[in-house]
Amino acid sequence: MKNWSVGSISRYLPHTAEDIEEMQKELGISSPEELFQDIPGEVRLHRPLSLPPPLSEPEILQDVGNLLERNVFWQKASVFLGGGHYVRHIPHAVDFLASRSEFYTAYTPYQPEVSQGTLQAIYEYQSVMAQLTGLDVSNASSYDGATALADAVRMAHQVNSRPKALLSRAIHPHYRQVVRTYTSAEGQEIQEIPLQDGLTSLSALQAMLDSQTSCVVIQNPNFFGCVEANLKQVAEMVHRQGALFILSVDPISLGILAPPGEVGADIATGEGQPLGNPLSFGGPSFGFLATRKEYIWKLPGRLVGRTVDRNGKPCYVLTLQAREQHIKREKATSNICTNNALGALRSLIYLSLMGAEGLKEVNLLSSSAARYACDNLTQLPGVHLLFPSPFLFEFALQLPLPPEGLNSELLNHRIIGGYPLQKDYPEFKNAWLLAFTELTTKEQIDTLCQRVKEWLSRAP
Amino acid sequence: MFPEDLRYSESHEWVRLEGGLGVIGITYYAQEQLGDVVHVELPPVDTSLKKGDIFGTIESVKASSDLYAPVSGTVVEVNGDLSEEPERINQDPYGKGWMIVVEMEYPEELDHLLTASAYEKLVSG
Amino acid sequence: MPLEPLIFSYSRKGRKGYSLPRPFHPAPHSIPSESLRTTPPFLPEVNEQDVIRHFVHLSQMNFAVDTGFYPLGSCTMKYNPKLNEIIANLPGIRNLHPLQPVETVQGILQIYSELEKMLCEIFGMDAFTLQPAAGAQGEFTAMLLIRAYFQKKGMKQKNQVIIPDSAHGTNPASARMAGFEVHQIPSDARGLVSLHTLQKAVTERTAAFMLTNPNTLGLFEQDILKIAEILHNVGAQLFYDGANANAILGISRPGDMGFDVIHTNLHKTFSTPHGGGGPGAGPVGVKSHLIPFLPVPRILHDDNGYHLSEDFPDSIGRMKSFFGNTGVLVRAYVYIRELGAEGLKAASQAAVLNANYLLHRLKEAYQVPYPGFCKHEFVLSAEKQKRESGVRGLDIAKRLMDFGFHPPTVYFPLIVKEALMIEPPETESLEQVKKFADALLQIAVEAKETPDVVKNAPHTTEIQRPDEALAARKPDLAFPSPYSQKSGEIGWN
Repeated sequence: MKNWSVGSISRYLPHTAEDIEEMQKELGISSPEELFQDIPGEVRLHRPLSLPPPLSEPEILQDVGNLLERNVFWQKASVFLGGGHYVRHIPHAVDFLASRSEFYTAYTPYQPEVSQGTLQAIYEYQSVMAQLTGLDVSNASSYDGATALADAVRMAHQVNSRPKALLSRAIHPHYRQVVRTYTSAEGQEIQEIPLQDGLTSLSALQAMLDSQTSCVVIQNPNFFGCVEANLKQVAEMVHRQGALFILSVDPISLGILAPPGEVGADIATGEGQPLGNPLSFGGPSFGFLATRKEYIWKLPGRLVGRTVDRNGKPCYVLTLQAREQHIKREKATSNICTNNALGALRSLIYLSLMGAEGLKEVNLLSSSAARYACDNLTQLPGVHLLFPSPFLFEFALQLPLPPEGLNSELLNHRIIGGYPLQKDYPEFKNAWLLAFTELTTKEQIDTLCQRVKEWLSRAP
Repeated sequence: MFPEDLRYSESHEWVRLEGGLGVIGITYYAQEQLGDVVHVELPPVDTSLKKGDIFGTIESVKASSDLYAPVSGTVVEVNGDLSEEPERINQDPYGKGWMIVVEMEYPEELDHLLTASAYEKLVSG
Repeated sequence: MPLEPLIFSYSRKGRKGYSLPRPFHPAPHSIPSESLRTTPPFLPEVNEQDVIRHFVHLSQMNFAVDTGFYPLGSCTMKYNPKLNEIIANLPGIRNLHPLQPVETVQGILQIYSELEKMLCEIFGMDAFTLQPAAGAQGEFTAMLLIRAYFQKKGMKQKNQVIIPDSAHGTNPASARMAGFEVHQIPSDARGLVSLHTLQKAVTERTAAFMLTNPNTLGLFEQDILKIAEILHNVGAQLFYDGANANAILGISRPGDMGFDVIHTNLHKTFSTPHGGGGPGAGPVGVKSHLIPFLPVPRILHDDNGYHLSEDFPDSIGRMKSFFGNTGVLVRAYVYIRELGAEGLKAASQAAVLNANYLLHRLKEAYQVPYPGFCKHEFVLSAEKQKRESGVRGLDIAKRLMDFGFHPPTVYFPLIVKEALMIEPPETESLEQVKKFADALLQIAVEAKETPDVVKNAPHTTEIQRPDEALAARKPDLAFPSPYSQKSGEIGWN
């Protein structure tokens, strides 16, 4: 068995010494070298890889467990961060079902006869997303909220070939950055619509909109947590110029906010994490992308359709595949292949459990916690709401001092405070963005208020 | 399979002269190669095309192909029925599966296209 | 397994599947009514047991790595270790908010940093970004890096990318999204890149050549150093598509072959599960000259610990929100830690041994377009069967289902007619590989003697040969659809 390092060295490698001998004999070889002869010596690695020594299962659990103990997570601390990712309740049934290995160890359902489970789940996912967004068709998922938006902006360009996309400055900074990265090479121009009172300035939008505008993008609720007003009016303005209206939305908020399709959006996208996906330090979750049926041939990403088999039985298949890279190559609507099917499955299970009523309750719990926090925090001296516009479950405060100091102070008390806005919005000095969910308790908010109060009283 | 009264391009489109206009579609051979056609995108009326321009795309279940104008001209009519029933291209490529009608800019371009027998030779070779 | 109705059919008004706390504060939100929904979304109203049974039934309708052997070429369907699942779901990863201050996430940043270093060593690169969310996004990232590199050098004429005709469809699509013109070149009679053809195709406009090595035929590009030289002579970059890296771990490194930039699929090579179509992760590695262009944020380390920095003015920017698919990255990290150098090399050797053994067993029954030893996968052609009895590659693929196997990749790469692309990963035992070989041999006999049995396969699955043309011509993409309503199928009130 010279040179073969297989067999007993790993529980994931089944070949025994006898197996290898039998296989070598069949092939007429006596060493692995002979199978790799076509790799020239100059590009062969003539030493072992220099990696940490292999560990056993208990050692890994110990080692990685110790590393992870250094992280602070929301069971150990109160977390008031949002920005598209929220500390939301995930019913345990979601984990139970998504952990079934028939789902998570399956491949992309290219062979429908042996993939009806995944295919039907994607069809049901597309159905609930169409319902939530008020649009006709949802793709099977994108990578995340940012790339789904980039896909949408590229899609609008493919629909009308116009050069300019207008993005509200109230959109998540990462999303705007990813849109720029994605469109940088294809010559699309990205312009930002300025803010007014924490909302997208409609007068500025009016002035920027013209016949060269491919699409207008607004986020709702926007990055500051404010609910954008007059969306129907925006849709009319945008459509008068023949452009497409794209809304990036929080999927939970669609439990009570008017759906994008109803206010006149042509494309709706967003981050799927709040729907039953763990935070996981920002990924994997998934992005969603939905549109009107006239644009289905321009929609990037996989789609599942219902059909019948040769015996007339209803079933599901990947469809409209001629849009995709494996057929259309450089002319495809996008290069996307592997997406985030498992995250989409989790969201389907989540939405099935919650139903319309549960989704509404999540909104009301979150928004009432936010209201309670806002009422109490704004009573502290020098603390004000940054914007007068209505918010749902996230809002920005104006503090008298930089929030970084407050956040370090709070961390000592096991509180992870809000997000300082100045990093992304230099004009908003000392602004602090806080998020609340159905998991935020009254005690957490009361403690937060107390600590902020103490910090203010000690401040110079 | 390849009617005598049509002219053919090497990229598998056909043209039929009808009342001074050119009716354009794809050949029996092309639809057979593509398999079940599921979608076709055609240009709007008034589009002006040069010979060899891409005038649309055709998608089957597992393939996608560009459509090339066999002659130059302006599109005067588009077969709108194909959006609802793209299968017409498979069922009747020279009849109900027609795609566009153009007012030809240079009718003499027809002479440079293949005859039925020349085209048949091309696809059987 | 009988068909499972849609989740909507279990819905009954008044049922619920959730349990939430009571509000502690009665104050409502202040959102004006015109911004609110007028009707609730049409979602199912079901209780927890309904949901559990429905999705358990759906799961039972799937083939999966944990139910059987997946010989899918170029997909590396290896076993997905359970330890990795447990670790990725520890609260110290699962419950980290991506905007947390760096001092609260030192543990995960250390894992990121160590994974970057390990990938650099495995692939012979100078730096890695873990940000790309999947293989295709990794390719796109790499192409944007190349574009930024040439723009920085003021070489805007470099606007063309060369791709072999055996490449994955994502290669041309990614190059195009990065603003490049795509030029495809044919493979030679060996199934490899022809130096002559490549030399002729390369010009001053060439920005990059995208290559998978071993290529999609499972063959190692032996002339790789000369290929690199041809590209580098005109200042172009060589990109490595990591789809097939499972053949060469610890044996040969793209960085030593002359590649400037590579992407890797953690969901292929490093055992993370495919999830029925994602999530994946597609980290990108570069040689030092491309480091300034890597996506931000990047992880830095000093005496005070780990930091995230966006201070790289030449960076192409962000590829996704936050940092990468952490849950996937952690699984790959655990896999590499468990196998170590020796284990990874053993995995590649066993994958290649499996593939060659299987090829050897099948080479009489099926046409082998490119004979000789393969690497971790190989391509057969069903041309002979098609000619003799009209049995096509797809029929053989479907017939394999009756033997309890997932079909191989079919009709790819495009340069082989009636292609069956087969990859038996190292985690499949000799017994399993033999059973698969026996099934394909028996199907070859059937194709001769009883071809209709193969042409009409599968016979044992609940669903057989769905009408894909109907699905595309009359798209029913959501329930309730105009079509389901017409046929009166609404299963609930």
